[in-house]
Amino acid sequence: MSEEYVLEMHDIVKEFPGVKALKGVQLKVRPGTVHALMGENGAGKSTLMKCLIGIYKATSGKIIFQGQEVSFPNTLSAMQAGISMIHQELSPVMERSVCENVWMGREPRKGIRVDHKKMRQDCRELFQKVGLDLDPDEKMGNLTVAKMQMVEIAKAVSFDSSGGIMDEPTSALTESEVEHLFKIIEDLKSKNVAIIYISHKMDEIFRISDEITVYRDGEYIASDRAENLNIDKLITLMVGRTMDKMFPKIECPIGETVLKVEGLSSGRAFHDVSFELRRGEILCFAGLVGAGRTEIAETIFGMRTRTAGKIYKEGKELHIKCPEDAISNKIGMLTEDRRGNGIIGLLSVAENTVLANLKKYGFPLSHSKIRADASDFVNKLNVKTPNLETPIANLSGGNQQKTLVARWLLIDPDILIVDEPTRGIDVGAKAEIHSLITKLAAEGKAIIMISSELPEVLGMADRVLVMHEGTMTGIVDREDATSEIIMKYATGETAPQS
Amino acid sequence: MSNTLASKRDFDIKKFLSQNSIWLVLVIMVIGLQIVSPVFLSTNNLRTMLEGESIKGILAFGIMWTILSKGIDLGAGSIVALVSVITASLVQPIGVANKLFPEMAALPGWAAAIVGIAIGALIGAIVGTIIAYTKIPPFIATLGTQLICRALAKIYSTQPVSNLSPDFRIFAKGKLFEIIPSIVIIFLIIFAISGFMLTQTRFGKNIYAIGGNDHAARVAGINVERNLIKVYIWSAVCAAIGGVLLAARTGSADPSTYGLNYELDAIAAATIGGTSHTGGVARISGVLAGILVLGVINNGLVLLSVDDNMSNVIKGIIIVGAVIIDMRKNAAKK
Repeated sequence: MSEEYVLEMHDIVKEFPGVKALKGVQLKVRPGTVHALMGENGAGKSTLMKCLIGIYKATSGKIIFQGQEVSFPNTLSAMQAGISMIHQELSPVMERSVCENVWMGREPRKGIRVDHKKMRQDCRELFQKVGLDLDPDEKMGNLTVAKMQMVEIAKAVSFDSSGGIMDEPTSALTESEVEHLFKIIEDLKSKNVAIIYISHKMDEIFRISDEITVYRDGEYIASDRAENLNIDKLITLMVGRTMDKMFPKIECPIGETVLKVEGLSSGRAFHDVSFELRRGEILCFAGLVGAGRTEIAETIFGMRTRTAGKIYKEGKELHIKCPEDAISNKIGMLTEDRRGNGIIGLLSVAENTVLANLKKYGFPLSHSKIRADASDFVNKLNVKTPNLETPIANLSGGNQQKTLVARWLLIDPDILIVDEPTRGIDVGAKAEIHSLITKLAAEGKAIIMISSELPEVLGMADRVLVMHEGTMTGIVDREDATSEIIMKYATGETAPQS
Repeated sequence: MSNTLASKRDFDIKKFLSQNSIWLVLVIMVIGLQIVSPVFLSTNNLRTMLEGESIKGILAFGIMWTILSKGIDLGAGSIVALVSVITASLVQPIGVANKLFPEMAALPGWAAAIVGIAIGALIGAIVGTIIAYTKIPPFIATLGTQLICRALAKIYSTQPVSNLSPDFRIFAKGKLFEIIPSIVIIFLIIFAISGFMLTQTRFGKNIYAIGGNDHAARVAGINVERNLIKVYIWSAVCAAIGGVLLAARTGSADPSTYGLNYELDAIAAATIGGTSHTGGVARISGVLAGILVLGVINNGLVLLSVDDNMSNVIKGIIIVGAVIIDMRKNAAKK
């Protein structure tokens, strides 16, 4: 095995408007090894990989692949150069066949006609190579998610790459398929292919990786051989940071129980979640992406069907079927996807502010009252906008978020759910939102906060509910909460039953 | 910056012009046409033009809501046909030639009109429910209404229904101050109602929100389904009013030609008037201008004796051009 690196990334910086996602990180991968990237959500692993294969363009930095400096304009050129990526989110064309999906964009041709026979033949050979038993003519949409993932892996293998990136490849696989994948990986390794492996699952990482690089908050932390590390050391590297003073937690008396959730489940997203939420309390849902945190909130708010369990508010059972029901029970929810289901871009700041509360303004609508309320909250929450008629889409992310907070405050909620309230907004607005949430709790509102940022969770929460793949693995009180404990639960260890 | 905005409302001339450019176009067209054809601004010609455009205009004030909610209503023209034959059959006095139901006494005009509008509302409720709950594209659902209502009209009466009672025809034939045709008055009333609902009621705000981002609207507690049903009811009611007026105006109702392609003209008017097919954008004044622009084009091309086919070419170009401009205007905001 050669000692030199097949891939080197130096001082990679990636800036998004308002956020510096990568602050000059490095990565060095040897051929024929599995190199694991570790870090919390938002540490920059996926962003770094996207810079590598040309989905993003790095703001600055140098990429050396097989001894040559490269900069791929798009994924296709990266693939042609020999780097393929299996994405975290699959994007197959459901209506076409498996084999068309595998060869999409590079179909074998005879003259100008697509050579379907060769395509099918090649596909069979490829599947045989990776030990996948599938009919090339099967429609992609008929496959299970796990099988789709295997097709995706086969597709990556078909490029004969010298480097492969796997971003959470096992998230949808069953145990036997994971074993299968590991066999494929071993096989690729023996062919001197380098594999960059991103996963949150510790056991997998230690089973298959040769080297591990850790990132945190867009910075390079450390890189070492896997045998020199263990789970505890790794977690310390991933979370070990000094807490900053961003979280102005106000100690306030915690009142009686407002919300009680018993054995709540929703399909396969999560099951058997129980907790209580009290007045003045901030309960954080922690866990890794896909653990089911957002889904719990959506179920309480009526955006998702409840398949089992009961929800009580102030001792009364709730039957919430849609957000409208939740709002009339004085539950508000600031959703994670601000653009997708938060703002209505074309409408003005004022209209967006009062949207959840139009009942209040009578018939015909009292525009002067709408303006008065909107301007009141714009001033109170310090929303920076040229005027109330400005379309909300023209505002910065932080100011959009503050407008949405105003929307929910206007319904005077007893319970406010905030899902990733500070994602993608700049540091200043972040601090404002933190202090706002704390203040609301101090006013006696009960808050559920979902956050993927551990410091945010530790800084804000009175209690932390930790989820792992749809199961509640523990509830930790503020005084016992440390990054290490939360990370442990989030990666699958369950709390001792007390 | 944020402290001074409390209730200041800046007048922005550039924004005003960009939002009202369609009126500018209208004024230019009117002036130009008046120069080439001096009869254009005569009372008679204006009255003919307005009378001719009123029914399609009423349809446009309904259809614009479906477009605003990111849908469409292709069924409006056929609803005009169905409602016009049914209401017409109810107001044929006993004894007239070719009476559809020879034994049945004529209903009072107002009662027949109410029956017609109720039928429209029912059709709208059905198609709206289908769209809201099955989530099939409104284009397809209302294409269905178009085919079915036209066919029902032809089944209902195989031939034109004529000889309608005078107390029914008054809806279209009456005149205010001896000069303004009642059909134009009704057009203006529908304009006012539509505009009022759009800007002054929760329903209007809800539809803007649904058209702009239906997921966000739902999260904000808006009942998307119920509101969509109301939209299609309103659009069908407008079409039904159009059907009643068309029968009243012509004193007859022909199931195969009445309302034919009216929905296309109405969609064109709403579109020229700045109603965005990507949803969430509409102004009632824009749609009014769109109706008038189309009317002036129709009327002008007749005055200039432009051949019918050529005038459709010109209309087609104007509609596509208007949408291109509109999309560019809204692209930045989405």
